[in-house]
Amino acid sequence: MIEAHGLARTFKSRGAVVEAVRGIDLAVEAGEIVGLLGPNGAGKTTTQRMLATLLLPTAGEATVAGCDLRRDPIGVRRQLGYVSQSGGTNPAAKVDEELVTQAQLYGMTRAAARTRAGELRALLDLGDLGDRVIKTLSGGQRRRLDIALGLMHAPRLVFLDEPSTGLDPQTRANLWTHIRDLQDRAGATILLTTHYLEEADALCDRILIIDAGKIVASGTPEDLKRRISGDLVTFEVDDVARASELLRGRPEARDVTSVERGLRVTVDRGETQALPLMRALDDAGVKVSSLHIAHPSLDDVFLTLTGRSLRDAPAA
Amino acid sequence: MTELDYYHYLRTLDQEPIEIPMLRDAMITFRYQMRLLLREPIWIVIVMVQPLLYLALFAPLLDSVAKTPGFPPGDAWQVFVPGLLIQLGIFGSMFVGFGIIAEIRFGTVERMRVTPASRFGLLFGRVLRDTVVLLIQAALLTLIAVAFGLRVPLLGALITVGIVGLLGISLASLSYAAGLWLKSEDALAPLLNMVSVPVLLLSGILLPMTLAPPWLRHLAQLNPFSHVVDGARAAFRNDLGDGSLVIGLVSAALLAVVGLAIAVRTFQRESA
Repeated sequence: MIEAHGLARTFKSRGAVVEAVRGIDLAVEAGEIVGLLGPNGAGKTTTQRMLATLLLPTAGEATVAGCDLRRDPIGVRRQLGYVSQSGGTNPAAKVDEELVTQAQLYGMTRAAARTRAGELRALLDLGDLGDRVIKTLSGGQRRRLDIALGLMHAPRLVFLDEPSTGLDPQTRANLWTHIRDLQDRAGATILLTTHYLEEADALCDRILIIDAGKIVASGTPEDLKRRISGDLVTFEVDDVARASELLRGRPEARDVTSVERGLRVTVDRGETQALPLMRALDDAGVKVSSLHIAHPSLDDVFLTLTGRSLRDAPAA
Repeated sequence: MTELDYYHYLRTLDQEPIEIPMLRDAMITFRYQMRLLLREPIWIVIVMVQPLLYLALFAPLLDSVAKTPGFPPGDAWQVFVPGLLIQLGIFGSMFVGFGIIAEIRFGTVERMRVTPASRFGLLFGRVLRDTVVLLIQAALLTLIAVAFGLRVPLLGALITVGIVGLLGISLASLSYAAGLWLKSEDALAPLLNMVSVPVLLLSGILLPMTLAPPWLRHLAQLNPFSHVVDGARAAFRNDLGDGSLVIGLVSAALLAVVGLAIAVRTFQRESA
């Protein structure tokens, strides 16, 4: 659905050249939800805007929904639904005015657009708000309207830029359900950007971690976590020295560190490997009083890859 | 029909051939923008207050000026009202750029730029809205001036209103281009002030340039708007064969074409 090679974009501001995106290769298959995860200023939005024909790449090639980005931008636009970070509604307009006008700009007739607007309102919990002036909507309603606008022409490919920024946790969870629905029921391919780990984790089939304009890692959320850090198994034991000696001899234990009244072992898969380790300790007469398995968060992944935490990465 | 089939069906809708997509997009944009404007029609009235004040408080001064040697043919009203109409054309449309800056901020401009809609259509629909509003204002102003004592042939008045429409297309387009380019009200306001005052003073709108000393008259010759004003005055006198009417019409048409071309280019430019 998307294939990009060496996509790059530099901006000139006050004489200085800023390399926002420095050569990105990516491939997105039909039906996938792929997330671009990275801190503010990493180049997520710039990448998405290039793929959405809003920004000309300074270098690189891309095919989006079967159309060449440079030679057939209109072909790309026809098939793409784009929902920007800050949304795009006029507060003085009414909900259905925006929805119907948007669909008409995609070539739909007024009648078809009205029907479609009604359906999408029902789908996105905007039921009878068609005649409401947009400035009277709540934040969550407005965000769902932004998404409805991106879906009016039933695009095969949907770009969501920071879909849940500024929403409260409950509204966000609700929005995630809608996004997953979009994939399940409409068979849409979705490329979203986010700087929320939970969001990438909850929604994406695949994550591309982007930092300082480059993709630094990619894979399923589980993959990434496993590949980078493994799972952490913590045993509380009565004889730390013996347990330590024993566990260091096990091949699956990648790393063993002592913690208060116990040991922390890094393994590939906590669920399957913790019990054999515990049995080994038991057989050797070491008494295990508790066992705790922790999965690394994507934040740990990001920290490992870039040397800094996603949460305090500077907004460059 | 399964859900997936249905989505496929919806997708085929936008692939049907459309006669002239450019004009279709312009009409869609026009209707959308017009509806938004009519929700707060107060602005249409506010723009008219200025020319009405000129009509009531400035025009009476002209009766004595009209007797000065060098005053062009026609009575004071016939000289002054066409100037007022042109002034309405300039000031009624040159501030629309503030609207596009607000739209940039709302994100609606970007949202519409991701659609396959024609860039010309997206722009021209807005310009058309501004021009239609302007034409209504110009017609109203002319009628009110008749009530004040203006005598004008119908055809001449219609031609003048048409000239005002061309000016509206030109200045609304240029104002949108400036708004898209500057993206900030704080930068647009001084730019418009800087441009509008010399345009106004060198066009002979308030007092005809035939009263001016030669150097000022030559300077005014360089201002296309002064030719437009001369043309409108000829139309008001019913001098339809007058050369200045032809020059005025051509100037207004050229201004419209150049303004639109600049604005469309600005709109197409990727960073706009």
